[in-house]
Amino acid sequence: MNIVLIGLNHQTAPVELREKIALDSCEPVDLYQDLKRLKCVEEGICFSTCNRVEVLVTTFETVDQAIDEVKHFLAAQNGLQPRDFEDHLYVYEAQEAVSHLFHVVSSLDSMVVGEPQILGQIKASYRDAVKNSSSGVVLNKLLHKAFSVAKRVRTETGIANHAVSVSYAAVELARKIFGKLSGTKILLIGAGEMAELAAEHLLHQKASEIIVANRTLERALVLAKRFKGQAVVLEEIPSLLVKTDIVVSSTGSPETVVSSEMVRSVLKARKHRPLFFVDIAVPRDIDPNVNNLGNVYLYDIDDLKGVVQENLSSRADEAVRAKRIVEEETIKLMNWLETLDVAPTIIALKEKTEEIRNAELKRTINRLGELSEDQIKAMEVMTQSLVQKILHDPIMFIKNFGHHDNKDDYLELTHKLFNLGETFDQKTDDEDADQG
Amino acid sequence: MIGPVIAKLAICLYILSAAGYLVFIFRQNKGAIKGATWMIRLGFVLQSISLILRTASLGQLPILNVAEALGFYSWALVGVYLLLSIKFDIPALGAFVSPLAAVMILLFLLIPVGPITMAPIFQSIWLTVHLGTIFIGYGFFTLAFIAGVMYLIQEHQIKSKLTGGIYRRLPSLNALDTLNYYSLTMGFPMITLGIITGAVYAQLSLGTYWRWDPKEVWSLITWLIYTGLLHQRLTVGWRGRRAALLSIVGFSVLCFTFFGVNFLLPSYHSFQSLEQLQVK
Repeated sequence: MNIVLIGLNHQTAPVELREKIALDSCEPVDLYQDLKRLKCVEEGICFSTCNRVEVLVTTFETVDQAIDEVKHFLAAQNGLQPRDFEDHLYVYEAQEAVSHLFHVVSSLDSMVVGEPQILGQIKASYRDAVKNSSSGVVLNKLLHKAFSVAKRVRTETGIANHAVSVSYAAVELARKIFGKLSGTKILLIGAGEMAELAAEHLLHQKASEIIVANRTLERALVLAKRFKGQAVVLEEIPSLLVKTDIVVSSTGSPETVVSSEMVRSVLKARKHRPLFFVDIAVPRDIDPNVNNLGNVYLYDIDDLKGVVQENLSSRADEAVRAKRIVEEETIKLMNWLETLDVAPTIIALKEKTEEIRNAELKRTINRLGELSEDQIKAMEVMTQSLVQKILHDPIMFIKNFGHHDNKDDYLELTHKLFNLGETFDQKTDDEDADQG
Repeated sequence: MIGPVIAKLAICLYILSAAGYLVFIFRQNKGAIKGATWMIRLGFVLQSISLILRTASLGQLPILNVAEALGFYSWALVGVYLLLSIKFDIPALGAFVSPLAAVMILLFLLIPVGPITMAPIFQSIWLTVHLGTIFIGYGFFTLAFIAGVMYLIQEHQIKSKLTGGIYRRLPSLNALDTLNYYSLTMGFPMITLGIITGAVYAQLSLGTYWRWDPKEVWSLITWLIYTGLLHQRLTVGWRGRRAALLSIVGFSVLCFTFFGVNFLLPSYHSFQSLEQLQVK
């Protein structure tokens, strides 16, 4: 049995192509009906996010055949031709496919390494596949393993720690100053995407109040309505500084909006409670000297970018450790797959001996005439342990040669030796349902 | 002699716990912190048992020579830390406390202790309360000091935009400031009570409340510093950096009161004169 993964992602395909080939507009029912209709596909699952489209299948046919069919399947979903996207595809088989899947689920293949959404997206895709009975023994095991690998990576490495966006870095800093952000009061000066995002994050952390200051009151009112806060004009800032905890500033003003003197004069009235300035504006709104005042902290846009840069590089360090975990787990899973190949032979062997045992037992009991319950029981136990002991060594041998290269030869030999009927290849086709 | 064996076990646990906390600090390993927490708890239980045995055989808290004083101090420090860790979840704090406790208790082992016979003058409940409260107060002030040091480090990291390494391990400024405040408010009444019971004991045993002995003078200075700090915190709203700095100053003076007066200045509180008293 072969495992094949075909797909493209943000590294191999431009966004225009990813948009065209995306599967998220397809109904899962139709999608999986089409996938299951493919002749060589045993089990299959499709992943489609804004950064990737991938199809993972298992097949008993050759890999090339499977690749060809899946390519056409992908093309058909969006009315394309395989040649439209062929050059951007990557194809992984066996161990590489497993390893790639683990990388994806652990967010090691993401555009922003460590971002948490991918796990949820893959879980959703998997649910669809299960609902449409497109996932079987092998993919079930593979996906469950992938989820546990992702969990292991998340708990054992710091890959998802620390903010990698400017606005979230500001929130993390605020938490290092104030601890919990519940009950903090925010002053938003000016507007802008990053500042509004930061304000949103802060409110999400249960900041209790937001005041929006703007050059024009109308603009302030619009924003204040959105954040359910209060609107003021810039002139009111000095008095507001007395009760605020976090100031996020992002005006287009060419001069500083908050001077060091202005802040110094409110320190006593604030009873020296900490005050955190986030200055996202260029040119800067807040006098840099503010950072030298006691219990006052100032981060400008360059500082925040520095924090993000540092966090990104520490994620990269953690990714190295995460990859080691992924490789380790890949090898474990491959070992399981190997035993999957030999399992049908073991079952056939056990079935055959059990059949012989039952037939012989019945014959003997019939011939012996009247026997007590205990006697019959004793004979059953005896024959069972006889069979078990004889089979023990061959079965151990078969299980171990799962790890050898010439395992097919051994399987063939085993089938011939015990006259197990059909060749093991055909047997595998309908046996995998027995594997737990 | 079961007592010393238990004490040694406790020492091993403190050292292991310190190692666990250091692994946590450098590797951010969460398993290490769990192990370290349990080891310091178990170490504390064992040390408590050994102290109880020792107290029972002496008829007084074992604090009358340097070694035992250090041992008792490490016990008070760990006890106070465990008490506060119920309220504050600051793993990095353990990384400061457990090595300190381990060092103290190691010194306690290294300094030889001769057989002590307690003079009757020392067998007073007033002395027990005097020593107990003073040492528990020391424990709280040590935590206030540690919180202050951590605060200064973390504030320096934040102000200088150094957001890697130690910044990630240390808790928020607010948590450290609150811890500092808590330790002060709990330590202060302890020390106050300790000084008062000491005076009562002096009156009962020596006939005067206060003799302007160097230890007494320095204790008073220490007490005044902490009183000032607490007053400023409560009324003017001193917090953060200033409070951290002053609790470090307070602790330095406290250390002088504890060690310096014993070794540098003539005092009837010093361990040498205490031993002489016992011989009489």
